[in-house]
Amino acid sequence: MFAVTTVAILVAMLLALGRALLGPTLYDRILAVNTFGTITVLFIAIFGFLTERPEFLDIALVYALINFITTIAVLKFFEYGDMGRSSLDQQESDI
Amino acid sequence: MNTLLDLLSWISLVAGSSFIIIGAIGLIRFPDFFTRLHAASVIDTLGCIFIMLGLMLQAGLGIVTVKLFLVVIFILFTTPTAAHALAKAALHGEVKPLLHHSGD
Repeated sequence: MFAVTTVAILVAMLLALGRALLGPTLYDRILAVNTFGTITVLFIAIFGFLTERPEFLDIALVYALINFITTIAVLKFFEYGDMGRSSLDQQESDI
Repeated sequence: MNTLLDLLSWISLVAGSSFIIIGAIGLIRFPDFFTRLHAASVIDTLGCIFIMLGLMLQAGLGIVTVKLFLVVIFILFTTPTAAHALAKAALHGEVKPLLHHSGD
């Protein structure tokens, strides 16, 4: 049963990668990469169970964290054109 | 009891796989950025919850279940934040939602 889920996750990964390559706008690509990261977390978790080594879950936890940080950082860069600027002069400062 | 747990876990895993496939197909097929965001959120919430629930039922009580629960909690906190940031950035970046035109 783990194998079925693994195949489903791999197919979903392919489709998300296709959207990342096709995506007409930048935001489509960022969305596809974010979704790909979430699917990767699921893949790491289920791959640990498939090979009977559930210790991979630590890697899944760290990967989820890095995925979130990456998305927020890339979005901040492309929305404001800058990573480190203080946004006190902006009305809508928080992402 | 063991068979019941296995059955519940398989049902959960298959449901999670279906939701992931549905979300990925929506990510490819939907016509607009905001609708694709909606399809991707299906993967982040329902697919993730069901697959992790199936794995928890397989793992039984222990440190593995605690780690799986932490992953689920973390994903449930972070992906809505990321989706909100994406939608807001896309609106700032002048991506217009595809609206229904009643005229022409």
